[in-house]
Amino acid sequence: MGNLFIMPRRDLVVFVIFAAVVLAMPVWLGPLGAAYPGLLQKFAIFAIFAIGYNILFGLTGYLSFGHAAFLGVGSYTAVWSFKLLTMDVFPAIIFAVLVSGLFALVIGWLSLKRSGIYFSILTLAFAQMCYNLAYSVLTPITNGETSLQLTRQDPRVIDAMFGPAGDSLPTASIIGHNFTGFQGFYFCAAVLLVAFFIAQKIFSSPFGMMLRAIKSNQTRMNYTGFDTKPYALTAFVISGMYAGLAGALLAVTDPLAGAERMQWTASGEVVLMTILGGVGTLVGPVIGAWLIKYFENIFSAFNESMLTRIFSWVPEGLRDWVVTIASKFVGEGWHLTLGLLFVLVVVFLPGGIMEGVRRIGALLRRPTPPATPTAMRAQPAE
Amino acid sequence: MEAILAQLLNGLDKGGAYALIALGLTLVFGTLGVVNFAHGALFMLGAFCAVTFRQLITLESVVVDPTQTTAWGTPLEVRTPLAQQWFGDFGSVLIDYSVPLSILLAIPVMLIIGIVMERGLIKHFYKRPHAEQILVTFGLAIVLQEIVKSIFGPNPISQPMPTALRGAADIGSWIGLGPGVLTYPWWRLTYFLFSIGVLAAVFAFLRFTTFGMVVRAGMADRETVGLLGIDIDRRFTIMFGLAAVVAGLAGVMYTPLVPPNYHLGMDFLVLSFVVVVVGGMGSLPGAVAAGFLLGILQSFASMNEVKQIIPGIDQIIIYATAVVILLVRPRGLLGRRGVMEG
Repeated sequence: MGNLFIMPRRDLVVFVIFAAVVLAMPVWLGPLGAAYPGLLQKFAIFAIFAIGYNILFGLTGYLSFGHAAFLGVGSYTAVWSFKLLTMDVFPAIIFAVLVSGLFALVIGWLSLKRSGIYFSILTLAFAQMCYNLAYSVLTPITNGETSLQLTRQDPRVIDAMFGPAGDSLPTASIIGHNFTGFQGFYFCAAVLLVAFFIAQKIFSSPFGMMLRAIKSNQTRMNYTGFDTKPYALTAFVISGMYAGLAGALLAVTDPLAGAERMQWTASGEVVLMTILGGVGTLVGPVIGAWLIKYFENIFSAFNESMLTRIFSWVPEGLRDWVVTIASKFVGEGWHLTLGLLFVLVVVFLPGGIMEGVRRIGALLRRPTPPATPTAMRAQPAE
Repeated sequence: MEAILAQLLNGLDKGGAYALIALGLTLVFGTLGVVNFAHGALFMLGAFCAVTFRQLITLESVVVDPTQTTAWGTPLEVRTPLAQQWFGDFGSVLIDYSVPLSILLAIPVMLIIGIVMERGLIKHFYKRPHAEQILVTFGLAIVLQEIVKSIFGPNPISQPMPTALRGAADIGSWIGLGPGVLTYPWWRLTYFLFSIGVLAAVFAFLRFTTFGMVVRAGMADRETVGLLGIDIDRRFTIMFGLAAVVAGLAGVMYTPLVPPNYHLGMDFLVLSFVVVVVGGMGSLPGAVAAGFLLGILQSFASMNEVKQIIPGIDQIIIYATAVVILLVRPRGLLGRRGVMEG
């Protein structure tokens, strides 16, 4: 255990810079109009989700289309912990991670019997089953369409031992200390840093090396005598637990859980975050998650009058046209922009933003040979 | 007995839709080797061809009639569809049969959409890994459905079926049961027969024409066919267009059963992928068989008697079947050995 915290110098530098960037988010996002707690919390939470997803997809190449199910399971578990036990966040998070890990173990064990596109479809099928069940027969547990919420009649066994419930709905707390707003963000940010640190450890460990070997050539691994299954399954469970953690944090910042979090479009979103940032890189998925959440927030807030103001330099006759066309891409139409972005990234920059940065870097340092973009491609495990 | 027969019938029309979508999906996979997540969007586009056709054919002329007033005292606006003005009664028949007639619009439109899609985007992805094909077509599906949403709005637009086909066929009395025991809506019957017709046409096209023979040869060994001096890529492009037409037709005729909205495609996509996997990736008869099989299974699972034994089974039966099939027999019901077996 002694060398757990000893890291190579480069990793340490990356971690310190990352920590500084994350903790200073309220400062540097201010001029960009995004420095309010609700959005900052989302930045941290979805970064965790994407980091976890990347441990599976980025390292082993298994493309899962059902990770939103684990996020949903994490949310439900956390809210149930709030309802039954206590408003303290730690039991909620621990239970959420454990339960979603258990789900991931079962689903992963079955899905990993196949690879390639069959694996994708199996995970998709399991996620859809969870989603459909959450909406129908499991309504007593999930509260169906109305979402699972806190009520004043909840037992909250542990909290009840320390005193009677107040008149208003309780909020999440750490050891009796309620937190709101920026405290909520700093809590999520701290969890993000821990999650990032663990991911860094996994990336640089022999285990991470093994996962990369599964991605580059699983058959060869099998022929050399390695049983790759346990490694892939471990990666699957770890990424499922990350998703559960993100789900729990969503419930911590806003104590309600709905089934739409498990829909397969939500799974698609985390895939996009990972791809956009850069599959298989450490910071790529985080950047992808931030960009998507940022633009989702900014773009969906746009409306016609704002657009007219932006395009006021366009000549009178053309302006209406430009505004009409542009309005299809913002506000309600934000998903159109997202879809286009998705297509463009996969077509032109399969390695995501990190590959773009690397290419630019290679251009600036002319004499050095260009980086190999193929290495970063999303290869399926076949 | 009647209950079982009724559920069997209920499964047939849905099964027909699954079979048509899965057939196109398999065709694209078998010819081009591309996993097309945008195929559901093509089904949805077909459905919106029907919507567009109806909007065109019901274009109205508005004449203000000053002699009559409405309940609010304003002059009455008399609206008559142009088709009715020009063609009289024949025009009203045209409007009544707008859904089946939209096939005429859907075939060229879907063919063009399919070919543009293949030439513009998909062709760059033949050599790329399956994961990237899935991702790019997934993005394309989002783009297509958002475009439809921005044109037609987010709400479902119901399409009336022709008046003559509104009732239910008394199938029970045809096969010797009493009258009224076993009925089946005419439109569903039409849909089932229509899907059988389209399926037969596609299979006949592949089986009995030279074009189809070349395509089948290309599916078996693309390289050799290319070496024989045949431009196999162009034929495969046309096959992609054909798959788009099949999906589009399935969508057109489905509109009276489910009012189409922009995410209709996504709803059907996941299911039809499951159908393809159950049937066997790359097997055309497998896709058709699995389509009908799963349609019927789903229909049985939604019986109250079954739901009482296993609650919620109707929600998950298709996915559960897929999971079992994939784990027990990974190449699917009729899949060829070694195709995507992993």
